Amino acid sequence: MLEFISKYGLIALLLALPVYYGIQDLSDDGNLTRLGDNLVDGLSNGAIWALVALGYTLVYGIIELINFAHGEIFMLGAFTSFAMWGALGLTESTGAGGLIVGLLVSLVVAMFVSASINVMIERVAYRPLRSAPKLAPLITAVGFSFILQNVGILWYGASQRAVPDLIESQRELFNIAGISISRGDVLAIAATIPLVLLLTAFIGGSRLGKAMRATAQDPEAARLMGINVDTTISLTFLLGGLLAGAAGLINTLYQTSVWFFQGFTAGLIAFTAAVMGGIGNLRGAVLGGFIIGCIQQISDNRIGNEWTPAVIFAYLVLIMTFRPQGLIGEETREAG
Amino acid sequence: MTALRGLRKARWAKYVLPVTAVVAAALLPFFRPPLDGFLDDCILALIFVAMALGLNLIVGFAGLLDLGYVAFYAFGATAVGWWASNHFGGFNGDGLHIGVSSFTESQPGIHVNFLLLLIGAILICALAGAIIGLPTLRLRGDYIAIVTLAFGEIVGRFMQNGDEVTVFNDYALSNGRESIAPVDQIDLPFLDQFDSALNLRPYYWTMLGIVLVVLFVNLRVRDSRLGRAWVALREDEVAAASMGVPLVKTKLTAYAVGGAIGGLAGCFYGAYLGSVNANQFQFGFSILILAMVILGGLGSIWGVVLGAIALTFVNYRLIPDVLDQGAVNDLKNDLGLSFTFSEVAFGIFGFVLVLMMVMRPQGLLPERRRQIELTEGTEESVFEARI
Repeated sequence: MLEFISKYGLIALLLALPVYYGIQDLSDDGNLTRLGDNLVDGLSNGAIWALVALGYTLVYGIIELINFAHGEIFMLGAFTSFAMWGALGLTESTGAGGLIVGLLVSLVVAMFVSASINVMIERVAYRPLRSAPKLAPLITAVGFSFILQNVGILWYGASQRAVPDLIESQRELFNIAGISISRGDVLAIAATIPLVLLLTAFIGGSRLGKAMRATAQDPEAARLMGINVDTTISLTFLLGGLLAGAAGLINTLYQTSVWFFQGFTAGLIAFTAAVMGGIGNLRGAVLGGFIIGCIQQISDNRIGNEWTPAVIFAYLVLIMTFRPQGLIGEETREAG
Repeated sequence: MTALRGLRKARWAKYVLPVTAVVAAALLPFFRPPLDGFLDDCILALIFVAMALGLNLIVGFAGLLDLGYVAFYAFGATAVGWWASNHFGGFNGDGLHIGVSSFTESQPGIHVNFLLLLIGAILICALAGAIIGLPTLRLRGDYIAIVTLAFGEIVGRFMQNGDEVTVFNDYALSNGRESIAPVDQIDLPFLDQFDSALNLRPYYWTMLGIVLVVLFVNLRVRDSRLGRAWVALREDEVAAASMGVPLVKTKLTAYAVGGAIGGLAGCFYGAYLGSVNANQFQFGFSILILAMVILGGLGSIWGVVLGAIALTFVNYRLIPDVLDQGAVNDLKNDLGLSFTFSEVAFGIFGFVLVLMMVMRPQGLLPERRRQIELTEGTEESVFEARI
């Protein structure tokens, strides 16, 4: 009974905002176009959050650490992409062929940079503390988050930077019943889905993926079975970093700006997504990403974007307090 | 030598160092001009000592990682902003005045004597601490950190966007990104009204008094039944509960007492700055305080005092006055580097956190029990000991 209330209570909570504004739209305009626009933007934004949330969930699943610096890994991915466009000379006037090649090169570089920084952090700051009390690595993670933010300040300054709008992300591609779908929306979703499929195939099918799942279940037993636990954990950080780098590039194309603080906001949204889906659960993280994207868009558009962090944090507190295992997650050890 | 050893064994020997330190601290302003940059830094250091001691109660003693400590600074400072300024101008006609000087009597808005404000801030923050603590009761470890962080950010957001929120009919919650200023100077009974534009000494002594009270509370509580219950909770929650430690009450009092101390310091900080600036209510502030606690040593009272003084001087003196000026700055410009150290101050504190946790997790002046826990309490060494 309590299980029923907590699960459907969460679903009701998540539906509260869209339903409320849907009814308001119907009574004001007589149609749902505005809500539909919000949801389309929310889903494409959510695709980016899903990629970042996967990094949180992978790491938590394997070493039960909230990788607080993960948002900053995403930010550095975005910064790297911007730097690559400058280096490759990509501008709005670059032709389609050059643009595709240039973007693919930037994608590879951004993914590589983010992944190597993530692996480096694990090696320097988390591995020495693996047998220490659990809060110690969390504190170093917070410390690294601040270090990387300030690396961002040194790199591109403390204010927001506009980025060339390479793909004209706001241009309408097609229109369904008054709801406009822009190039950016299509790009975000089209780039995310293959990455998520690749990741799930890798974890579900490959030998290394099997080693990851074994380590997540029981590191000691995995070690006894001949799995190199340290390498497996490094691999997890590598995968999380790759996805965060890709998300950074997509976000830069989509939002056409970069900012050192974007990682903190993204980190909080993506972490909320991971918790919402049930931390440690890959499908949950993707689902959570899409849901939180919609909530964020509705809040940005209706309540005002200066309030969005407060709205997301309120959801985070409610979920963590009343349903720490999330929508489809298993009971975590935290739920106690 | 024997005489020295005899002295060290004397009952009063352990009081020598603290008493000397307190007397030296109390006499310090006489060696500086009344309006002095160094004295200003010392007042800030005292404020941060109080805040770090409050956070140490929650994180160091009870082992509950609170990443939203800034909320208590926000509440304490807002108490000053609301009840000792013209923010509620027009309230009750000419305003409401309780125990304030004749000059302040003529101002509109609510003006309450500083001592009453302190008591108000303590009560509000103790209540807020318990409320923030409530949802974390079922959670452990890192989830507590995130929930408290979330509360800290929500409070900060409300203050920063407070100009859009109305409270009590027509008044805004805060001035938003603009500060609530000016705030009344402190006015204590039997003393002249303070004036931070002319003389910083009264502020220094007031804050020193507050710090001494906070220190006394910390020292007494550490050895009390409650303090030992916190430590038991930190070391093993299940064992503590089965030994009869009431979990809910013990955890909530940790949040309440720690929060009350933060509110006390925040209230003074707001009055000392003469303005309540919502832009300061950021996650970075919580991390600055946490870095002080970790630098000094989690759970170690004297360590935390040292850590807070050290990082305050790094933040308010070393970085702006030494690193960003003179020879270091010239060297930096010669190397073609265009940043200032003030910009990346929080990166430096982040670095302190990482460095301390990896190299010396027990802090500069460790608490003895904590040191044992960190070096021997790990699972592997327990396992080895059994073999």
